[in-house]
Amino acid sequence: MHKSGQTMNGSEIFFECLRREKVDYIFGYPGGALLKVYETLYDVKDIKHILVRHEQGATHMAEGYARATGKPGVVLVTSGPGATNTVTGISNAYMDSSPMVVFTGQVPSTLIGNDAFQEADIVGITRPITKHNFLVKDVKDMALTIRKAFYLATQGRPGPVLVDLPKDVLNSECVFNWPENVEIRGFKPTIKGHENQIRKAAKIIARAKRPLLYIGGGVVAAEAAEELGKLATSQDIPVTMTLQGLGAFPGGSPLNMGMLGMHGTYWANQAINDCDVLIAVGARFDDRVTGKVDTFATHAFKIHNDIDPTNIDKNVKVDLPVVGDSKHFLRTLLESLPKAREDRSPWLRQIETWREQCPLGYSIDEKSLKTEFVIDEVSKQTAGNAVVTTDVGQHQMWTAQYYKFEKPRSIITSGGLGTMGYGLPAAIGAAFGVQDRPVVLFCGDGGFMMNVQELVTAVHYKLPVKIFLINNNFLGMVRQWQELFHQEKYSFTDLQNSNPDFIRVAEAFGCKAMRAANPAEAKQAIDEALAYNEGPVFVEFQVVKKDMVFPMVPAGASISEMLLDRLNPKTMV
Amino acid sequence: MKHTISVLVENKFGTLNRVAAMFSARGFNLESISIGETEDKEISRMTIVTRGDDMIISQILKQLNRLIDTIKVNDLTHKPHIARELLLMTLKLDKSQQREIFELINVFKGKVVDIKQKSITIEVIGSPDKINTAIDLFRPFGIKEIARSGTVALNRGEG
Ligand SMILES: Cc1ncc(C[n+]2csc(CCOP(=O)(O)OP(=O)(O)O)c2C)c(N)n1
Repeated sequence: MHKSGQTMNGSEIFFECLRREKVDYIFGYPGGALLKVYETLYDVKDIKHILVRHEQGATHMAEGYARATGKPGVVLVTSGPGATNTVTGISNAYMDSSPMVVFTGQVPSTLIGNDAFQEADIVGITRPITKHNFLVKDVKDMALTIRKAFYLATQGRPGPVLVDLPKDVLNSECVFNWPENVEIRGFKPTIKGHENQIRKAAKIIARAKRPLLYIGGGVVAAEAAEELGKLATSQDIPVTMTLQGLGAFPGGSPLNMGMLGMHGTYWANQAINDCDVLIAVGARFDDRVTGKVDTFATHAFKIHNDIDPTNIDKNVKVDLPVVGDSKHFLRTLLESLPKAREDRSPWLRQIETWREQCPLGYSIDEKSLKTEFVIDEVSKQTAGNAVVTTDVGQHQMWTAQYYKFEKPRSIITSGGLGTMGYGLPAAIGAAFGVQDRPVVLFCGDGGFMMNVQELVTAVHYKLPVKIFLINNNFLGMVRQWQELFHQEKYSFTDLQNSNPDFIRVAEAFGCKAMRAANPAEAKQAIDEALAYNEGPVFVEFQVVKKDMVFPMVPAGASISEMLLDRLNPKTMV
Repeated sequence: MKHTISVLVENKFGTLNRVAAMFSARGFNLESISIGETEDKEISRMTIVTRGDDMIISQILKQLNRLIDTIKVNDLTHKPHIARELLLMTLKLDKSQQREIFELINVFKGKVVDIKQKSITIEVIGSPDKINTAIDLFRPFGIKEIARSGTVALNRGEG
């Protein structure tokens, strides 16, 4: 490590700052504006640079890494097209509140605004999709700006921060000074929730006959799973989670009701309608969760804890808001709970009845394969202990339904933005961060093609990711909507005649590849894939073409109006 | 209803853009926005005039607070405050109406800032209501051009 007080150039300062921020991986791609940085990088040994094959891949990898480890993901890309290629990934991290710092090269500051070669106003372009962004105009500001960027990305509600670095700034020199403390006047997140409010919440919860916990990704980000577990089990409160909240509460617990919302379980959505106290923690009442807002949990007293005040009363008006960190909230709540409380066994029995009335399930036959079976089987063989990334579509919802996540930081999926092409790079990023658990990707044949180039990255770094391609030869989720709501006009969603031979694609990239087309083959392939650790392994599951994700709440309907099967979509419960 | 919000922000490039972009991205109404340096060179004051029901206004205040460059957000609407706007207006100058125009300028305590053979440019400073009234009353003389500054506002001093 270099000392403060030494004279260095901008590129050296850049790496020195990353060292101080304890960065171990950078996901990047070089270019003209970054020549000096890559020159310096040539001799950097303690920070590993991962060469991606598309800058979008770099951003998703950084996010996968961040979500698997809790540490911020770091991206380094060049100006212009390099920078614009990060837009989807940044947007994704913004929607899902993932900590990320993106460094973009920029044309020399004297040329900014001149439509110079490879110039893009990336600060302007990313303003609405970053938590904050910076253009460094003077090398003297660089260390402080980088310090601020990491601080902002990780503190309070996490999110992506972009730092634009002009070429001349990276080349010029100044005395390096590391600012130990940062002070940002306009950024003072409330960490400790209002104690009186929390005490009030505790009293209300103790008196509740039918309480329900509705848990979002905020609980995972706050590392508050242990506190959640204590609250639920000591109080007999059933737990339902959003897509991002899955894993915050163990899948095997009888109090776990799975996901709620559009493709949530029947019993979770019934419970939302019937609960008398709803405790929302680190969740934001997204429209995929609430369905029609004015029919959501109408009988419940609503308690809402979130670190971001803008999430309070945004979609659903709540009765008792607590702004603050979820770990602090849950811990204080646990301490404040009175000894005496209502008996919840009738409520738990009621939920059990709903569960029995309409369980999740699928049929198996020897000759054809269903995605649900594949996911169920992977869940069993990994005992719910894998880090699972997904792409977007039907397989994503089936993963949420059938994979029994046991631990937090186990599902890495694009929830807010719904980005196809996310899963493969996210799995790669996660695999860099996590070595002691298998990293599994479920993706569709549509989404896989969107960042297929990153297979090279996985192969080159010999990452043991399990790439499970669910091939239904359709853009399945769109097909489902076309079948249900658009008179079966399968407009541009049938890929049967245009999909490549996936095995040959995987092999061309240097990846071990297998194929399975029935349950027996699938079982065998999953077993083999999980045991193979020399590098990535690719399995193509040829599943039935026309399967549908049920139950389902049609867009705009109330979550009590679920479609339970395809045969009679008009009979809603 | 109409709200006047005063915001202290970091005096940096891009701040105005960030605030304006937040309004457009979230579909909030933005009637006027004005910004200028304060007694502290590192801080600017922004005055924003917007409309919305209570829920929307509360979101606007929270979203403004969330921006990293905003230091303080203050909804002045229901507090004692002073709000002013500057109007510049060029009118047709018709000799027969000259006297009436000058009388009206006096009524509004306006000033003549430019005068030509066939046109006159005046300035009026006042509450946004007063500016609206002025425009209405001058209209019959033939307005050629108008520029309004948008509202600037401050809390009333204490004591
Ligand atoms: C980048 C992007 N483009 C388009 C969409 C719209 N979309 C959502 S799901 C889907 C189909 C996904 O198909 P596939 O990847 O094969 O997965 P499946 O649904 O079959 O599991 C599409 C096109 C999207 N979410 N992201």
